[in-house]
Amino acid sequence: MTGDAQEAAGAREIAVVAFAQTDHLRTTDELSEVEMLMPVLHEVLARTGLKTSDIDFTCSGSTDYLAGRAFSFTMALDGVGAWPPISESHVEMDGAWALYEAWTKLLTGEADTALVYSYGKSSPGSVRDVLTRQLDPYYVAPLWPDSVALAALQAQALIDAGDTDEPALAAVASRSRDAAGSNSHAQLRGSVAQGDYVVRPLRTGDCPPIGDGAVAVILAAGERARELCERPAWIRGIDHRIEAHGLGVRELTDSPSARLAAEKAGAFERPVDTAELHAPFTSQEVVLRKALRLDGDVVINPSGGALAANPIMAAGLIRIGEAAARIHRGASDRALAHATSGPCLQQNLVAVLEGDAR
Amino acid sequence: MSKEPVAVVGIGQTKHVAARRDVSIAGLVREAAGRALADAELTWADIDAVVIGKAPDFFEGVMMPELYLADALGAVGKPMLRVHTAGSVGGSTALVASNLIAGRVHGTVLTLAYEKQSESNAMWGLSLPIPFQQPLLAGAGGFFAPHVRAYIRRTGAPDTVGSLVAYKDRRNALKNPYAHLHEQDITLEKVQASPMLWDPIRYSETCPSSDGACAMVLTDRAGAARSPRPPAWMHGGAMRSEPTLFAGKDAVSPQAGKDCAADVYRQAQIVDPRREIDAVEMYVPFSWYEPMWLENLGFAAEGEGWKLTESGVTELDGDLPVNMSGGVLSTNPIGASGMIRFAEAALQVRGQAGEHQVEGARRALGHAYGGGSQFFSMWLVGAEPPTS
Repeated sequence: MTGDAQEAAGAREIAVVAFAQTDHLRTTDELSEVEMLMPVLHEVLARTGLKTSDIDFTCSGSTDYLAGRAFSFTMALDGVGAWPPISESHVEMDGAWALYEAWTKLLTGEADTALVYSYGKSSPGSVRDVLTRQLDPYYVAPLWPDSVALAALQAQALIDAGDTDEPALAAVASRSRDAAGSNSHAQLRGSVAQGDYVVRPLRTGDCPPIGDGAVAVILAAGERARELCERPAWIRGIDHRIEAHGLGVRELTDSPSARLAAEKAGAFERPVDTAELHAPFTSQEVVLRKALRLDGDVVINPSGGALAANPIMAAGLIRIGEAAARIHRGASDRALAHATSGPCLQQNLVAVLEGDAR
Repeated sequence: MSKEPVAVVGIGQTKHVAARRDVSIAGLVREAAGRALADAELTWADIDAVVIGKAPDFFEGVMMPELYLADALGAVGKPMLRVHTAGSVGGSTALVASNLIAGRVHGTVLTLAYEKQSESNAMWGLSLPIPFQQPLLAGAGGFFAPHVRAYIRRTGAPDTVGSLVAYKDRRNALKNPYAHLHEQDITLEKVQASPMLWDPIRYSETCPSSDGACAMVLTDRAGAARSPRPPAWMHGGAMRSEPTLFAGKDAVSPQAGKDCAADVYRQAQIVDPRREIDAVEMYVPFSWYEPMWLENLGFAAEGEGWKLTESGVTELDGDLPVNMSGGVLSTNPIGASGMIRFAEAALQVRGQAGEHQVEGARRALGHAYGGGSQFFSMWLVGAEPPTS
C-alpha cells in the first residue's frame, strides 16, 4: 500500500457499520436542529442494537452560521443524551471530517465504536449570502460574491477549456435526479426542468436544492464491526487535502487536492465500482470525475448526490453513508466516497470503502 | 496495538494584547505558527497536517475561517482540520492533533488556536436572541457567578479567596512576557477594591479580552529524537462532555470534569495527583474557579480547595503551583486559551518557562473547559517518555 493513511488503516481495520438520514426537505420550520437529529440518532443506533452508553466516542459536524447562534452544537448534544458524561468532540466542518476525526480516534485503540453525526438547516436564511462569510474577510467577503456565482466562474472556465458544455451539464443534472427516483430521502427526484440561468452558464437545474437534513453513521473496529454488521464497509483509506483560498491562484478546472486525497486513500490502486461524489453543482462533477479518474464503468451517485439533496454540513457525510450502505446490501464491493468544503471545491476528502469478498 | 508516543517539540505564542491592529487574522496565526516552527527548528515543509481551533465563528464574523487561513498556515496540499468545542477548544484541538500522531496517521503535525477579539464583540456573539431559549445577555460572568456563590455557600470559604487567586495570577503574569495584562503596581488591596461586576466576582477577578494565537508542533518518537530542545511527552489526554442543563447537574463540580481527570490520571498512571503532579495550568476565567477546579480535578477533597489557595500552596513557589503563566485571568484570546494552558504545561516540563519556571517540574497538567461547565479537555505531559 502507499501513503501514510493506508499503513495506519492497515494497522487497525475500521468500518462504517450503520447509516441513517432524514428525508431532506426545503423547510422544516416546525423542527429545531435537535428535533431533526433525534430520529436519525435513534435509527442508526437501532440498526446496530447499540445504546448511547455503548458508544466509546462521539463526534459531530455543524456550523453556527446556519443556526444563527454561537455554540449551536451544544444543543444537539442534548439529543445524544450525554449523561453520564461522554467522550465527545465537534468539528466546524461537514460531518465527513467528523468521521475522519472519529477514525483517527479508533486508530489509537482508545475506542472501538464511534457515533458520527452532522446536520444543517439552510431554510431559515439565505444560504447564498451566508456562504459568502466563508471568504477572505478583508478582501473578498466585503464584495459578497455568492456561492452560485463562484461555481459559475468554475463552470465557465470548464466550458472555455473544452472540458464540458451546457448539454453535458444538463445530462449530469437529469441523470442525478433520475437516480434519486429510487432514493426516498432525496429532495429533488425524477424529471426536473433545467430552467433559466441563475448565474450564466449555470441554470436552476445545475444547482443543488436548498434544504434541511441530518445524517448519522456508526464506526466500529475489527471484530466489533463484524458483530454489529453483516457486511461492514471497511475504510481501506481516507484522506483529505485543502487548496489555496484565493480563487485567482487556483486552476479551477482541476482538483489537485481531490486527486492527492484519493491517491493517499489508495483509490487508484484498484478500480472502484461506485463513487458517491459531493458535487453540489453539475460542473463540479466534471472536475471531480477527471481528478478522481472515474471512467464510464463506475456508477456515479446512485443516490442522486448533492444535486438531489444538499443539506449543508451533512451532504458530505451522506456520501460516505450512501457508499457504505451499498456495500452493506451487496450492491457494491469497492466504493469511493467524496466530500467537499469551501468555494469551488477548495477542500476535499476521499474515502475508499470495501466489503468482504462474497 | 500500542499507540505511538506523542511529543511536543515546538511552542509559539504571540504577545497577547487587547488589539493587534497591525496584523490580519492570517498574520496573527502565522506569527504564532512561525515561532513554534522556529522553536522546533523545522520548516513548513516538515509539517504533515494542520489542526486548528477557535471559539465561535461569530466572534470575528468569519464562517469556517480555516478555509481562508489555509495559505497563511502552509496547509495548501495538506490535510487541515478545524475543531470547535466551545471554550475547551484550544485543548481539544491539541488532543485531536495528538491522535493523528498516536494513531500513526502522520509524523509531525502543527496545531494552533486563536482569537482576535478586537475584530469582534464576544458579548454580542454570545447574546444573539434564540427563540424559546433563555437569553444570556449578561455574558459569561452572569452565567458563572451563581455557580461561584453556590461554591462559597457549600464550602464556607472566606470571601477573600477569589481576590488571592487574582492577585497571584496577575503577579505571575509579570514574569511571562507573552501575558496580556502586566499590572506592575498590582496589590491585593487594589483587587479587593475593584468594582463588583457579578457578585461575588469583582472586575479584577475576571479575564481580559485578548488578541492572540498559540501554536504547537507535535511529533512522533522519531521526530522527538531529532528535536533540538527537550521535548514534552504526552502521558495522557482526554475529553468529556455533558449537557448544558439537566436536573441533577452539579454546576460547581461537574461530573464530566471529574471523569476527564480520572481518565487522564489512569493513562498516566497517576494515583495521587496532589503528590505526583508538579505544576497545574488550569482554565480559570473567574478567580474562584481555581479552588473549584482544584477539587474537581482531585487535588483537594471536596470543600477543601480554597484552603490550598489561602495557604499559598498554589503560588509560583508553593507546593503545587497553579497558573504559572498568569492564567486566563491575565490573557484570554478565547479560542486559544485552552491551548495556552496545554502549552504552558509543556513549557514547564521542557524547562523553558523562563521566569515563571517551576523548579524541577517533571509532570504538569494542562486543563480547559467550556460551554456551561460541560466540555472538558486535559492533558498530562512529562519530561520523560511514557513507559507504557
